Amino acid sequence: MAKLIKSGAFTNDDPWVVVADDEMVQEYNLISLDRWIHQQAELQPLASRGKLGLYLNSDQTADLVAEQCRNFAVISVDFPKFTDGRGYSAARLLREQYHYAGDLRAVGDVLIDQLFFMKRCGFSSYALREDQNEANALAAFSSFSQPYQAAVDNDKPLFNRVSR
Amino acid sequence: MYQYDEYDQQILNERVAQFKQQTERYFAGEIAEDEFLPLRLQNGIYVQRYAPMLRVAIPYGTLNSKQLRALAKVARDYDKGYGHFSTRQNIQFNWPELKDCPQILAELAEVQMHAVQTSGNCIRNTTTDEYAGVIAEELVDPRPYCEIIRQWSTFHPEFAFLPRKFKIAVNAVEGSDRAATFVHDIGVHIIRNEAGELGYRILIGGGLGRTPILGEVIRDFLPEQDLLTYLEAAIRVYNQFGRRDNKYKARIKILTKALGIERMKELVEAEWDRIKDSATRLTQVELDRVKQHFIDPEYAALENNPAELVNAKAENPAFARWLERNVREHKQAGYAVVTLTLKQKGTAPGDVTDAQMDAVADLSDQFSFGDLRSTHQQNLVLPNVEQRQLFTLWQQAKALGLATPSLGLLTDMICCPGGDFCALANAKSIPVAEDLQVRFDDIDFQYDIGEIDLNISGCMNACGHHHIGNIGILGVDKKGEEFYQVSLGGNSGGRGAASIGKILGPSFSRAQVPDVIAKVLQLYVEKRIDGESFLESYKRIGHDTFKETVYGKAD
Repeated sequence: MAKLIKSGAFTNDDPWVVVADDEMVQEYNLISLDRWIHQQAELQPLASRGKLGLYLNSDQTADLVAEQCRNFAVISVDFPKFTDGRGYSAARLLREQYHYAGDLRAVGDVLIDQLFFMKRCGFSSYALREDQNEANALAAFSSFSQPYQAAVDNDKPLFNRVSR
Repeated sequence: MYQYDEYDQQILNERVAQFKQQTERYFAGEIAEDEFLPLRLQNGIYVQRYAPMLRVAIPYGTLNSKQLRALAKVARDYDKGYGHFSTRQNIQFNWPELKDCPQILAELAEVQMHAVQTSGNCIRNTTTDEYAGVIAEELVDPRPYCEIIRQWSTFHPEFAFLPRKFKIAVNAVEGSDRAATFVHDIGVHIIRNEAGELGYRILIGGGLGRTPILGEVIRDFLPEQDLLTYLEAAIRVYNQFGRRDNKYKARIKILTKALGIERMKELVEAEWDRIKDSATRLTQVELDRVKQHFIDPEYAALENNPAELVNAKAENPAFARWLERNVREHKQAGYAVVTLTLKQKGTAPGDVTDAQMDAVADLSDQFSFGDLRSTHQQNLVLPNVEQRQLFTLWQQAKALGLATPSLGLLTDMICCPGGDFCALANAKSIPVAEDLQVRFDDIDFQYDIGEIDLNISGCMNACGHHHIGNIGILGVDKKGEEFYQVSLGGNSGGRGAASIGKILGPSFSRAQVPDVIAKVLQLYVEKRIDGESFLESYKRIGHDTFKETVYGKAD
């Protein structure tokens, strides 16, 4: 069982779970994009109450979701293997291009040494793989104090952020 | 050259601390082997045949004497007393212990050096012309742009786990491409448009390896301030759509071929359109800030061809020969650009000892404002030498074994470490280079052949750039035995348009290679007309004639 990091701390208090396409959708379920596309009308009330989430596989781009991201209180992005970096682009695009303001969650092969990058790209919660050391994980978020690039956490690159 | 400010230094120091901690966790068993792999790769560490190999970045080939001494110290303290300059202007150490690497990186950080992203599936060291900043032909010094790319790509949060490695090269000399930009994932040509504005022509999808492809133009003109947003758009497209199922089909060249350049352009332009006005767009202030780091040293007011030089040249034919070969015209009157060749007979191309490194650092301090360059051809350059001092420099360089007058000639070969060191190699490459150095040692013969690129790779990964050698040699494995495939007609773009060499025919044993090359060269010598280069003759005579000469006529 993964350990969830949210708002800079570990938490056991999180209701969100993935629901398969052939199961009934309930509050606090993360559904597939395919299901949303096909059942949008009937799922809209749940979404409007902030009780519906979405899960994205690593081969699904943010542009497939686009403006519809606003329907979901949580969007989880899967990292099937930590070396699969597509989720970083998905996260940045959801935040920067579609102004997604809900909880963006990294799930799958989420390891300590990628947390810093995930945070920079706009993730706000992290389903850390079970075997990872908790203290090291929390420390990893502050690996670098002034990164060069603009990203979601720092909307200006270093050359526009400080006087050099 | 670029001097780190407090921010650059802090970022590097934090990297050193991060990797030290990661290595400790690895040794404590807290990080699995395959999960540590990309971490160590992105800090320059491969595990090779005998020991880890540490690849230290020399950003765009520029370094100073203090940094070279630090590299000499690493070679002495942690290696077997030498280092190997690579075709991408970096330096590799073949024998350090993994446990020592965090300490090595800490020592290098003190002189503003690192091994950041010298390996792994991320944006690698940006390379450029080794003569950047000191020749009249260049439009502008490309190094500020390289440094801007370096900072942007360093720990880029979105692009640390791309489908495959990503290499960018920058050139600012129209018609002469010493950075081999056509065989890079992205090639950047600094140009002016018809209105006289500075900007870039962008190439995409070039590369060597198993599927050598020349890059295609994706944008004819990109304004100067838009460099980073455009790169970000292109790499974002690649990150999302590049293949991840097969590492041999994962480079951007495969994606570009699959989509076609027009579709690729549409995707990149659409992505760029939505980020081009973001905060990542370069500002004039930032461009000016970085350019300020690359202003000229305080040149003395000197004349070209001073009496000291003219006299020494007349009195000493060996010096005259070195001058003609290894010394190049400088943009500043009274100065010259000197290449120290790391291609001595009996040593692997690009190899240099700790003592030689220290000595070259001294030469650089004495003759070249402490400035140095590493080259795509695996040599070192003293970029700012007074012409009146050339004779003194030559005498000292000669004593160090670094003045072989062979720049651009046959024995100035490019060669990867090959099967002697590299775990990926199918065959050894250094002994092939040595055989050829011995066979073609006659400098008069080399002068007669003239400028020619001979490149040797020990496997399909093509670190020795065999595809773009006028003569390319590739090591292949056939049922556990080493064989060598020869190709002809490649061109890096340094002289004339870039091209990929064509395979001559079935491969040869190592013992046959020198004879095969001799036959190829003999045909050229017999058939050339009016000062034709090897490549020109090859094109005129045709591939088949060379093939028949080497293999005999097929009936």
